[in-house]
Amino acid sequence: MAGMATQGDGERGGGVINYMIRRVLYALPILIGVNLITFALFFVVNTPEDMARMQLGMKRVTPEAIERWKAERGYDKPLVFDASKQGVHTLTETIFFEKSAAMFALDFGQADDGRDIASEIAKRAGPSLAIALPVFVVGLMTMVSVALLMVFFRATYVDAGGVVLCVALMSISALFYIIAGQWLVAKVWRLVPISGFADGGDALRFLLLPVLIGVISGIGSGARWYRTLFLEEINREYVRTARAKGLSELQVLFRHVLRNGLIPILTASVAAIPLLFMGSLLTESFFGIPGLGSYTIDAINHQDFAVVRSMVFLGSALYIVGLVLTDISYTWADPRVRLE
Amino acid sequence: MSAFLGFKPALLWTDALLLLLVVAVLLVVRHIRRHEHLAAPWRKVALSRAGMVSATVLMVFATIGLLDSMHYRPELPREPGAPAGAVRYAVEMRSLLDHLLDPLPVQVETSYSAPLATQAFNKTSMESDSGTVRDYPRLKFGGAHLSDSNTQWATDISARVLRGTLWGLATGLAILLFAAFVRGPAQALSRLFRWLVGNGDDAVHCVAWTVLALSVLGGAVATLAQGYHVFGTDKVGQDVLYQILKSIRTALVIGTLTTLVTLPIGVVLGIAAGYFRGWIDDVIQYLYTTLNSIPGVLLIAAAVLMTQVFMDTHPEAFETVTERADFRLLFLCLILGITSWTGLARLLRGETLKLRELEYVQAAQAFGVSSAAIIGRHIVPNVMHIILISLVMDFSGLVLAEAVLSYVGVGVDPSMISFGTMINSARLEMAREPMVWWALAAAFVVMFVLVLAANLFADAVRDALDPRTRVRGVA
Repeated sequence: MAGMATQGDGERGGGVINYMIRRVLYALPILIGVNLITFALFFVVNTPEDMARMQLGMKRVTPEAIERWKAERGYDKPLVFDASKQGVHTLTETIFFEKSAAMFALDFGQADDGRDIASEIAKRAGPSLAIALPVFVVGLMTMVSVALLMVFFRATYVDAGGVVLCVALMSISALFYIIAGQWLVAKVWRLVPISGFADGGDALRFLLLPVLIGVISGIGSGARWYRTLFLEEINREYVRTARAKGLSELQVLFRHVLRNGLIPILTASVAAIPLLFMGSLLTESFFGIPGLGSYTIDAINHQDFAVVRSMVFLGSALYIVGLVLTDISYTWADPRVRLE
Repeated sequence: MSAFLGFKPALLWTDALLLLLVVAVLLVVRHIRRHEHLAAPWRKVALSRAGMVSATVLMVFATIGLLDSMHYRPELPREPGAPAGAVRYAVEMRSLLDHLLDPLPVQVETSYSAPLATQAFNKTSMESDSGTVRDYPRLKFGGAHLSDSNTQWATDISARVLRGTLWGLATGLAILLFAAFVRGPAQALSRLFRWLVGNGDDAVHCVAWTVLALSVLGGAVATLAQGYHVFGTDKVGQDVLYQILKSIRTALVIGTLTTLVTLPIGVVLGIAAGYFRGWIDDVIQYLYTTLNSIPGVLLIAAAVLMTQVFMDTHPEAFETVTERADFRLLFLCLILGITSWTGLARLLRGETLKLRELEYVQAAQAFGVSSAAIIGRHIVPNVMHIILISLVMDFSGLVLAEAVLSYVGVGVDPSMISFGTMINSARLEMAREPMVWWALAAAFVVMFVLVLAANLFADAVRDALDPRTRVRGVA
């Protein structure tokens, strides 16, 4: 955990390593918990038998077909304990060990179409990132700028109108932004293709619209939130002192308010960076981008349980990485914070 | 007894819970009205113009949703030769709203038709005196009362709008007069006049005009709907207006019943973690960090997939399609609740940690008051504003989430009418030429109005209840 302390700089290197070790130890029980939840959801609440029956169709399904389905996926073993085996194998040759615990070694097994999930994830992370990263960076900058603008014009009609606009923007469904954007920009104006993806420089054509829509759909709630944040900062005494020194309002905003608002901004945003790999379910499926988001949606629609399970695990692992990154970013934003 | 009624009341799970919720809300309101210190912040809400106007709009939505939550099974016509006592009821459930909207639910065209159209959207081959011609056929119900749709359409529409406006105006004034009468029979008329002219109370003035505007809108739509499909029809010829009205209940159920799950878990665990600290705090923190670390959509997707497996392997548990869809809706609320209590629990934990160090709590502890009594007497009343604020703030997010989840395929049952299923089935129609835009537009606009009203109301409640904004408002 990041703590406030005034230590000598010499101890800093050791502190970070200690911190990392403790953080990993802290993350482990959480990952185990996630693992147990997914195991319970996917194998205990409904047995592999139920899943097989559903996938193969409810009517006229022979016991042999079910057995074959289970054997193909390695679901034909006992759940957690096999009394017929010897020694360690009583525990290792079970569904829990092979399907759930194996995920810690990043062994996700195979999807229903026979492809290796881990390599599929590696292949699809790129396109996901190509959309999610620009949306994150441009989005954050837009939100903060709009919020600063509203704070600059605080207690005027510009500010009041901005807040109303923000509430209206955040009341619109994300689906509307995508559908309306595709219709207007791609179909009526014909500026960009409606959907699709290409590698390299050609990708820009396809990425422009989804990134734009991603940014716009987030502005409402984001800008409003940052505005509240900056308004709390602007009534502080150091801001009054800065003004008394004769600094212009713009200098006060950027040098003092924004600088001191960094910690909450980092709290809200850094944790999301690793999750960018997961992509956006909606954007990717509407724009036909072969990323992890559309992979997840396809898996949900085809009821490919192995893929959904892997994505849940991957998502929580990335979330924990995000928490660590947030702590590290605090030390960069606020010199008083030390990792120890 | 029900044999005389001609119908048999039917209670779905969500109906029962919604009813329970209404009773609970009424009890809370009664409790608040009896205690001055509780009523004071709410009086501030009553002074907020945006808050009161949005509350009025929400009331309309709630009324529609509640009417749609009273289900019954109509009596079937007696078969000839059946014994006198044998009464059979239809398998399909109908709601009070369906009954009021009659015959809108059964006026089904063959396919698409534009809003207020008299002709179908697609050409079909028709037999006439001069052989087979391809033309737009007249609709079975939309504008069927017109003998010559080309010349009469415009006059009929404007006549209906005028009639509807007058009706709406009269109804709106009647409602306001009734409200004025309830406030005090003595000067009801002059009070009504004051409300409309806006002499004095600002928020009441706005509410009065909102009521009038909504009644006029409702009147116009109602008169038009008697002869036309106001928002057109969808692919299978269903009236879009009817679907919109049915979607409201689904949205309300998701937005409110989820809190029935969130509230107990979040309040109990959050306060327990903050008050007892130590290993209880550790366990609860571990629990919500773990749940939080799973991306919400994925956890919901995983859980819904599993429900689907359960429902497919146990088809005998559900008698009708409606019950099946209702079970899935209820389960969706449960899952949404399980994934969303963490935010509330964290807020309450933080606040309780602060409260337990206060002198009156320490004094109570020194006197040997039991933990349960301290929590009930000192902690819960002091975190009530956090609970209420997060309740109203969550509502709009849940309504929006329903549409997204239904699009992803893990939302409500496809047979249940909701904003999500409407958008999902209408979104491919944007690619048609010419475009079929009305179902999408209607769903988005109504959803926007509902969510906007909820957001504005939540803001008003937060401004009034949150002590931080209260202080800032004074400064």
